Amino acid sequence: MKSKKPDRLRSVIAHVVLVILSFMCLFFFYILIVNATRSHSDLQKGFSALPGGHLLKNFMSVANDGTFPMFKGILNSLIVSGCSAAICTYFSALTAYGLYAYDFKLKKVAFTFIMAILVMPTQVTAMGFLRLVTNMGMYDSLLPLIIPSIASPSVFYFMYSYLQSSLPLSLVEAARIDGCGEFRTFNRIVLPIMKPAIAVQAIFSFVGSWNNYFVPALVIQSKDKMTVPILIATLRGADYMNFDMGKIYMMIMIAIVPIILVYLFLSKYIIAGITLGGVKE
Amino acid sequence: MKKKYISMVLMAALTASTLAGCGNDGSGAGGKKTSSTQKDSSENSGGDNASEGKVINVYSWNDEFMRRVTAVYPEVKETSSDGTVTTLKDGTEIHWIINPNQDGVYQQKLDEALLNQASAAADDKVDIFLSETDYVYKYTDAEADVAMPLTDLGINPDTDLADQYDFTKVTASDVNGVQRGSTWQCCPGLLVYRRDIAKDVFGTDDPVKIGEKVKDWDTLKATAEELKAKGYYTFSSYADTFRLYGNSISQPWVKPGETVINVDQKIMDWITTSKEWLDAGYLNKTVKGQWNDDWNKAMGSKSKVFAFLFPAWGIDFTLKPNWDGKDGAWAVTNPPQEYNWGGSYVHACTGTDNPTLVKDIILSVTGNKDNLLKISKDYLDFTNTKSGMQEAAKDNKTYASEFLGGQNSFEYFTPVAENIEIAPLSAYDQGCVELIQNAFSDYFQGQVDFDKAKSNFETAIKERYPETTEIKWAQ
Amino acid sequence: MKRRHKSVSYSKWGYIFILPFFVSFFIFSFIPLADTIRYSFFEYYRSGIKEVGPNFVGMENYSSLMASDMLKYAGNTFILWIIGFIPQIVIALLLAAWFVDIRLKIHAQQFFKVVIYLPNLIMASAFAMLFFTLFSTNGPVNSILMSIGIAKEPIDFMGSIFGTRSLVGFMNFLMWFGNTTIMLMAAIMGISTDIFEASEIDGCNSIQRFFKITLPLIRPILAYTLINSIIGGLQMFDVPQILTNGQGSPDRTSMTLIMFLNSHLKSRNYGMAGALSVYLFIVSAILCFFVYRMTNNNDPDGSKAAARKAKRRG
Repeated sequence: MKSKKPDRLRSVIAHVVLVILSFMCLFFFYILIVNATRSHSDLQKGFSALPGGHLLKNFMSVANDGTFPMFKGILNSLIVSGCSAAICTYFSALTAYGLYAYDFKLKKVAFTFIMAILVMPTQVTAMGFLRLVTNMGMYDSLLPLIIPSIASPSVFYFMYSYLQSSLPLSLVEAARIDGCGEFRTFNRIVLPIMKPAIAVQAIFSFVGSWNNYFVPALVIQSKDKMTVPILIATLRGADYMNFDMGKIYMMIMIAIVPIILVYLFLSKYIIAGITLGGVKE
Repeated sequence: MKKKYISMVLMAALTASTLAGCGNDGSGAGGKKTSSTQKDSSENSGGDNASEGKVINVYSWNDEFMRRVTAVYPEVKETSSDGTVTTLKDGTEIHWIINPNQDGVYQQKLDEALLNQASAAADDKVDIFLSETDYVYKYTDAEADVAMPLTDLGINPDTDLADQYDFTKVTASDVNGVQRGSTWQCCPGLLVYRRDIAKDVFGTDDPVKIGEKVKDWDTLKATAEELKAKGYYTFSSYADTFRLYGNSISQPWVKPGETVINVDQKIMDWITTSKEWLDAGYLNKTVKGQWNDDWNKAMGSKSKVFAFLFPAWGIDFTLKPNWDGKDGAWAVTNPPQEYNWGGSYVHACTGTDNPTLVKDIILSVTGNKDNLLKISKDYLDFTNTKSGMQEAAKDNKTYASEFLGGQNSFEYFTPVAENIEIAPLSAYDQGCVELIQNAFSDYFQGQVDFDKAKSNFETAIKERYPETTEIKWAQ
Repeated sequence: MKRRHKSVSYSKWGYIFILPFFVSFFIFSFIPLADTIRYSFFEYYRSGIKEVGPNFVGMENYSSLMASDMLKYAGNTFILWIIGFIPQIVIALLLAAWFVDIRLKIHAQQFFKVVIYLPNLIMASAFAMLFFTLFSTNGPVNSILMSIGIAKEPIDFMGSIFGTRSLVGFMNFLMWFGNTTIMLMAAIMGISTDIFEASEIDGCNSIQRFFKITLPLIRPILAYTLINSIIGGLQMFDVPQILTNGQGSPDRTSMTLIMFLNSHLKSRNYGMAGALSVYLFIVSAILCFFVYRMTNNNDPDGSKAAARKAKRRG
C-alpha cells in the first residue's frame, strides 16, 4: 500500500528463490531419470544431460533379475502399505471415537497414556520386537509389518482433534434414539463424517509404510517377502551389482515412481490434508 | 488410460510368470519318476535318490556358482529366465538363494537358515552353501559342524580330489584336518595392466619386459615414479594391494581358542606403504576402497590407472564389464609378490535331504578335470586341477584371451598357483580384513591420525565381535 | 454441557472401542520394551554361529556404553540434525510468509507447493542411494561442476567430515522444508486478518510485521515443529546409514545413535542393544514430557498442528 516498488522487488526475489528450490527438488529426479535411460558403458563415460536409448533394456534387466525381485517387492510393499493404511486409520478412528464419545473411568488415564507414547521411537523396542515376532512364529512374514499399525498414537491424535471439531455429540444421541447400535453408529454415521481425515491419514500411513526400512529390514529374511526399501538397501551393498549402474538407477526409479504418480494425482488432497484442521479457528 | 493399460499388462505378465513357475513344479514332480528309472549313466545317482528331496537349496552371494553348474553339470535341463531356479533332468529343482556379500548380509541370512536347519521342512533345508576364503573357517569349524565332512558324503579327498591344488584342500579343512568343502577355482593373482599406458611410458607392452618392471616392491616403486611423471597412477586404490600383504601374514588374526586379535607386521607394512604411496601420488586419491562406483570407473578407458591386481575371476567378472574400450587393451604379467585372492568353497550342508545329488554336483563341478577345463575355457577361471592347468599354460591356442589381446594368461597364473602358501586363517578374517581397511582409509585420506585409526579399528572390531578381549598390534 | 449427552450405560462401549489399540500396543510395543530392558542386564550375543549367554551382568552394559563413543554419536546426531533443521525452519518461515502475502502475487502457488513437498514422499533409503551415486567422486554432480568450470578437480564430497555431514543435512532439509512450509502457512493463515490490517494502518512494513506479529503468534506451532523435529532427528537412521554404508565415515563422524544401535542389532548383541535402547528411551521420554506439556497447555491451534506434525514424523 505504502510503496509498490519494494513489493515488486520482493515478489521477484520470492519467485527466484522458489524457482531455485523447486529446481533443487526436481533436479535429482531429472538426473535419476536420465541415468535410468543410459547403459553402463555410457555412464562410465560421464554425465550427460540428454537421455540415452537404454530405457527399455534397463527395464528388462531389472524385470528379469530374480536375485532382486523388484516387482515382487512392489507387490509386497503394496500389500503391506495398503493393509496398514486401512487398519491403522480404521482402528485409530475407532479409538478416537471411543475416547471422545464415551465417558468412562479410565478415559483420562487412557488419553494421557496415548499422549505419552506419542513420540516413543519405534527403534527403542526393535530388539524385543524382533524376539517377540520370532517367538510368535511371525518372523519372515508380512504380518508383523501390518498388525502393529493398529496402535498408531499420532494418527489417533489427529482423528481425535478432527472429531472434536467436526462431530456434534447430538448426532450420536440422535442415532441412539433411532435405535442404532453402537458399532453401527460408528460405521454408518461417524466414519462418513470422518472421511476427509481418514483419507489424509490413509495416504500418509501408506506413504510411511511404503518407505519404512528399519522394521522390515529386521523382520524380513527371504527374497520373495522383501519390500522395496530393503531391496534398495541390499542393492547398495551388492558389490557385483555395481557393474550395471543403468540397472541401479532404473531400480531406484521403479521404487520411487509409483509414489510420485499417486502423489501427483492426489496432491491437492495431500497438500490440503496437511493443513486440515489448522485453517479453521 | 495408457498407464492403466501398461500396469495391467505388467500384472498379467507377473501372474503368468508365477503360474509358469507353478507349472514347472508340477511337471517336474511328475517327470521325476520316469527319469530316475531311466538313469543309467551317472554312477551312483540312480535308484536311491528317488527317496530324496525334490529341492536343492543353494546359498550363495552371486551367480558365479550357478553359471558354472549350469555350464558343466550334465544333469541340468534348464534354468528359469530370472536365474532363480534350475531344473535337473530328473525333475529336481535347484533353488539359487543369492544374497550380497557386503556388510555381512550373506552370512547373516545363511546363519539364520543354518540355525533353523534342523526344524526346516525338507524342501526348505539348505543343501549346498558357499563360503569365501575370508570366512571359510567359520563354517568348516568342527564344533559347529554345519559343513559335512566330504568323506561322509562318500567323497574321498585323497583319490577323488587328488588333482586339486593342495592349499585349497588345506583351506577347506577344519582344525583336525577333515576336509569339509571343495572348490572348482583357485585364485592366484596377477598384475593386469593397460597396454596403451605401458607403450606410452615404457615404450613397450611386452608382458615379459613389464614383468621385469614390477617384479618386486622396490622395483615397482621406481616404476611407479616413472608412471607418475607421465601423469598415470600405478594402482587405483590402497585396497588394491591389500591382498598381497594380507596373504602373507605369519600368524592368524585370531588364534584358535583365543579372543585376541593379532594385527600382523605385514598388515602394518601395508598401512605404511599405502600411506606413502598415496601421498606420493602413485594411487588415485579419489578412489576409496574397492567395489564402488569410483573404483569401477578407474577401470574405464578415461582412467589414468595403469594396473590392477586381480586373480582370474577379477579379470572376467570385474575388469571386463567395466572396460568400455576395445578388446585387447589389457595384458597380464607377474605380480610383485605371489598372492591368492578369493576362492569360493562349496560345502554340503549338514542335514541335507539330497546327499546323493549334492555329492554328484560337488564332484562334477570341482573334481572333474574335463569340466574344470571347460570352465577355464568359458569363464577364464583358473581351475582347481594341477595337471589341467599345466596343460593350459602350454596350450596357447585354446586359452588365448581376446580381452587380453591374444595372451594366454594361464602361462602366468600357473607358476603363481604353485607357489601360493595360504596364510593362516581364522573365523574372524572377514571382519578384520574389512574393518582394518575401513578404519585406515580415514588415516590414508588424512582425516585422522594413526593412533585414532588404530582405536577406531578396535572399536569397530569389538562391535562386530563382542567376545574380543584384546587387540595386539605388531611393532 | 458435555455431561448431558453422555450416559453411564454406554461406558462399556468406550472400553470396547479402545481395546484393539491397547491390546496391539501391549503386545507389539510393551512386551518388546520390557524384553529389551530385561536383556540390557545380560551378556547375550551371537558369535559366528554359536550363541553366548544370556549371563546376568548387572549394569555392565550400561557402563561400557558410557565408556564407548556413545556420547560422540549423540553429538553427531545432534550436529546432523541441526545443520538440516536451521535452513529448514528459516526457509520454511520465509516461504510461508511469502505464500500468504497476497501482495507478492506468487504465481503457480499450487505448483510450487506440490514440488517442494515432493521430496518428503520419497523413501529415505532411495533418496540416500541416489545422492550417494550422484555425489560420488566421479559421479554426475562432479562432472557437471567440472564441465561448467566451477571445480577443477573432482570434489571428494563424502571424503570429508564437512562434506558428508552437509550432504546428510542437505538431504534432511530437502525432505522436510516443504512439509514445514505448508504447516507454518496454515498457522499464519489462522491469524486474524484484523491484526494485520491494524498493523498496516500503524505503518508497519513487511519485515516488522513478520517479526513483531507473525512470529510471536505462531510461536506455539514453531515450538512443536522444533520438538518433533528433534524427535525425528533422534531417530535419524536411513540417510546416513545408506550414504556411508553403515560406517558413519569418515572417522565415524556421521554415525548416529540409531546407526550405533543397528550395528549392535546386526551382530545380534542383545545385551548392548538393550542397554542402548534404554538410554534412547530415557532421552525420548524426556522429550515426550515436553510434548505432553505443550499438548495440554494453552493454544488449541498449536495442538492440532502438533498432531499433524507428530504423525508425519512417526
